[in-house]
Amino acid sequence: MKRPAGYGADPGVRWTEWLPWIAALAVFFVLPEYLLFGARILTYILFALSLDLILGYAGIVTLGHSAFFGLGAYTAGILAAKLRLHDPLLLLVAAAVAAGALGLVTGAVILRTRGLTQLMLTLAIAAVCLEIANKATPVTGGADGLSGVTIAPIVGLFRFDLFGKTAYLWCLVILFAVWWLMRHLIYSPFGVGLTGIRENTVRMHAIGAPVYRRLLTVYTLAAIIAGIAGALLTQTNQFVGLNVLGFEPSGELLVMLILGGVGRLYGAFVGPLVYLIAQDVLAKQFPQYWYLGIGLILVLVVLFARGGLLGIVDTLVVRASGAARRSAAGDKPPPYAA
Amino acid sequence: MTVALETRGLCKSFGALTVADRVDFRLEAGVRHALIGPNGAGKTTLVNMITGLLAPSAGQVLLGGEDVTRLPQSARVKRGLGRTFQINTLFREMTVLDNVALGVAERDGAGGRMWRSAGSHGRVRAEALELLATFGLQDDAGRRVLDLPYGKQRLVEIAIALGLEPKVLLLDEPAAGVPSLESHRILKCLEQLPASIAILIIEHDMDLVFRFAQRITVLVQGEVLCEGAPAAIADDPRVRRVYLGERHG
Repeated sequence: MKRPAGYGADPGVRWTEWLPWIAALAVFFVLPEYLLFGARILTYILFALSLDLILGYAGIVTLGHSAFFGLGAYTAGILAAKLRLHDPLLLLVAAAVAAGALGLVTGAVILRTRGLTQLMLTLAIAAVCLEIANKATPVTGGADGLSGVTIAPIVGLFRFDLFGKTAYLWCLVILFAVWWLMRHLIYSPFGVGLTGIRENTVRMHAIGAPVYRRLLTVYTLAAIIAGIAGALLTQTNQFVGLNVLGFEPSGELLVMLILGGVGRLYGAFVGPLVYLIAQDVLAKQFPQYWYLGIGLILVLVVLFARGGLLGIVDTLVVRASGAARRSAAGDKPPPYAA
Repeated sequence: MTVALETRGLCKSFGALTVADRVDFRLEAGVRHALIGPNGAGKTTLVNMITGLLAPSAGQVLLGGEDVTRLPQSARVKRGLGRTFQINTLFREMTVLDNVALGVAERDGAGGRMWRSAGSHGRVRAEALELLATFGLQDDAGRRVLDLPYGKQRLVEIAIALGLEPKVLLLDEPAAGVPSLESHRILKCLEQLPASIAILIIEHDMDLVFRFAQRITVLVQGEVLCEGAPAAIADDPRVRRVYLGERHG
C-alpha cells in the first residue's frame, strides 16, 4: 500500500518491496526464452522510475523525457560503434554524464517556466534531439539506425549472449542499484521537500527553500537515470534506432507510468510491465489494432482508477482490512450505520 | 529601539493602477504592530513586497538594517523573515507534522539532505512536535491537513512560520474565515508568541487588533494615512472618517 514518505515515516524496506526482485529472479530461471524481452521491460522500468522522480514527486510535467533516454542510447552506441569503446560500465557512465549535462542545461531554462510553456519547451527539446539524430547520418546512422555496436563482456567476464541472459541480469543489477538510491532519496528530507514543491510551491518559497535549485537537481538526476536506461537499451539490442527519441517514446512512457500509478515508486514497475506485455500479446493477436487495446486499458484506468493499477490494489487492501476488522468485531455493523 | 523591518518609499503599480505609493514603514524589534485599512488598501501587496513574492516598482526593503530589496524570498527567510498567508497556503495532502517539519528542516539546513531518511532526523521531528504542542495540535500530528477543521489549519499556518524562528513575523489576517469563537483561540496563541519576535499583523477584526497591537499603521489606497498608538488611532478623526466609520464613533 502507498505509504507516503515524511518526517513521521519509517523508511525501512517492507517485505512487499522485495517481491518485484524475487519475481524478477524467478523469471530468469523459469522463463529463459523471454529474457531479451525481460531486459527490455527492466530498461523501461528504469526509464519510468526516472520520470516518476520528476513527475510523481516534484510535479514537473514533461513530454520530452525521451531526450535523455535517446541521448544515453546514442552516446553508448556511438562510442561503441565509432570510437571503439566497448566496456559496458564505461558506456553507462558516459551516457549518464552526457544525459546529465543535457538535463542540467535544458533544466536551467525550462524550470524557470511553468505550466503549458514548460510542457511545450520539453516537447521542443525532444523534437530538436530527434532531428539532430535524424540529420547527423554519418554519426548516428540517421533513419537507418546505428548498427555495428559491439559490447565487451561485463568486467571482462560476462559476455552478452544471444538469449539475453547476461543482458537481463545486467539490467536487473543496474535497476536494483538505482532503485536503492532512489528509495533513499525519496525518504530523505530532500525527497519530502520535492513533494512539498509539488503540493505548494508558494509555501515552499515562504519557508526559505531554494526551490529552483532543488528542481534543477532532481531534473538532472532524472536525466542521468534516463540516460543510463537508454545506454542499457543499446547494450541489450546492440543497435540504436530513431524510435528512442522524440514525442512518441516520451508519451508512451507517460502512459506506462500513469497506468502503473504516479508518485509511488512501484507504479514505475507495474506500468511498463503491464504495458509492454499487453503490447506484445495484442500485437501478435491483432497486428493492425493493438494500439486500440492499449488505449482502452488507459481509458479505463483514467476513468476508474486515478491512482493507476497500484491504486486499485490500495483500494482492495483498504476494503479487505475493513472487512476483516468488521468480522473481528463480531460482524456487528458500526454504531453510526444504524 | 532597533528597527527590525523598514520600508523606504516603497511603490508598486500595475499599469496605471498604483497599489502602493511611497510607503515608509518601520517595525521596531519586539513590537506588535498592526496594519489596518479598508479592502483594497494594498495591505497584502505590501506584505508580498516585504517577503519578496512581489518585486516593488521603486523603493527599498530593509531587514535588520540590511537592504534585501533584491534578494529572493529564501534569502529573506534565512535572515529571519517569516510569514503566514491570508488564504491557507499549506501542503494539504501532507501530514500536519510534515507541514511544520519541512519548515524546521529548511531553517536547520537539513532540508537538502539526500541520503538519511527524514524520519531519522529526530531533532527536526522533536522540534516540530514541540511546536505543535504549543498550539494544541499534538494529537493531529499524523493527520493530513485537508482533514483538519479550518480553524486548526489557520494554526498550522502560524506554526509553520514559527518553525522558521523568525525575528520578524508577518501575519496576514490570521483569523480570516474563522468563526469568532475560534478566533479567540488564535488570539490566545498569538499572545503567547515570544516577545523577542517583532510582529506585523494585518487584520480586519478590530477587537483583535486593539487587544493585540501596540502600534497601528493605517493604510488607505496604497498610502500611509497615519501611524501611532492604538488609543491615538482610535481618536484620530481622519481614521474615523475613512475607516472606522460610525461603529467606533
